[in-house]
Amino acid sequence: MADPTSEPNSPDQPAPAGGPGAAGAECSEPDCSDAVAELYSYLDGQLDDERRSLIKGHLDSCSPCFEAFDFEADLRNVIATKCKEEVPQDLRRRIEEAIGREG
Amino acid sequence: MADQADFAEQAMPFMDALYSAALRMTRNPADAEDLVQEAYLKAYRGFGGFQEGTNLRAWLYRILTNSYINRYRAKQRRPDETDLADVEDLYLYRRLGGAQTAQISRSAEDELMDFFSEAEVKSAVEDLPEQYRLAVLLADVEGFAYKEIAEILDIPIGTVMSRLHRGRKQLQKRLFDFAASRGLIDVDAVVEPATDVASSTDAPDSPNAGDSDAAVATPVATD
Repeated sequence: MADPTSEPNSPDQPAPAGGPGAAGAECSEPDCSDAVAELYSYLDGQLDDERRSLIKGHLDSCSPCFEAFDFEADLRNVIATKCKEEVPQDLRRRIEEAIGREG
Repeated sequence: MADQADFAEQAMPFMDALYSAALRMTRNPADAEDLVQEAYLKAYRGFGGFQEGTNLRAWLYRILTNSYINRYRAKQRRPDETDLADVEDLYLYRRLGGAQTAQISRSAEDELMDFFSEAEVKSAVEDLPEQYRLAVLLADVEGFAYKEIAEILDIPIGTVMSRLHRGRKQLQKRLFDFAASRGLIDVDAVVEPATDVASSTDAPDSPNAGDSDAAVATPVATD
């Protein structure tokens, strides 16, 4: 199991002692709850590039979140696929005729 | 300005998708057919005002949605507020994701595809209150962006997001209930604050008068 607490950006620095006190740096590292909160914005393609790549970075290093995101994306595909219908030929013909009559 | 002569070529390819959406909106084929026909006629008549190069698909959905709302909204007095307080984020994943991978293994999407029947997915969508249903249909089935949905439904983007949020939760809850009613999920293993699922499997006559949600099931005993 990967250690979810490992910090790729700061190899030899201990984690800041609580609170967003790191001067200069924005509190930019999304944690699991940030990721889940933005799950749909991410899957819906609504995040800007920067935010998107931050979330993606989190998913790359956090397999539980990755799995959850994957599940949601799969579920959406399942829903979309199972809701697809074909229009009845008869209706298609009726509409074409109706439009034809409109001239 | 678009030329009406181009209408058929440009708009007809969307008919399957519009019909699918119409079926989820009206929940029956006869009404869906009427709705699609009405929408196409309106679109044809208005096609002169359609700006070539703009989003034809979104424009067609807007016409379809408006036709639906004008026709059916008066008929439908469904409560829009559902208690979703006990439906947390990742509701279905927390209940199914683990069980699923434990049961069979990977290829998660195929598994999930087989896990829910077409009828279950369709009725889970159709059971959503109208406002949520439209948002979920447009986002999750049709893949429109928030901004497009806002334009199609004539609501602010924030409203789109909140309807999607609630609609998706309710959809997941409904799908879970289907799975539970088929005995596919060990409901005892799930932290389930509402007790009605687990309590009485052999008591079809619940004393609850009125419209309870006990009509979920059609518990076909599969094996």
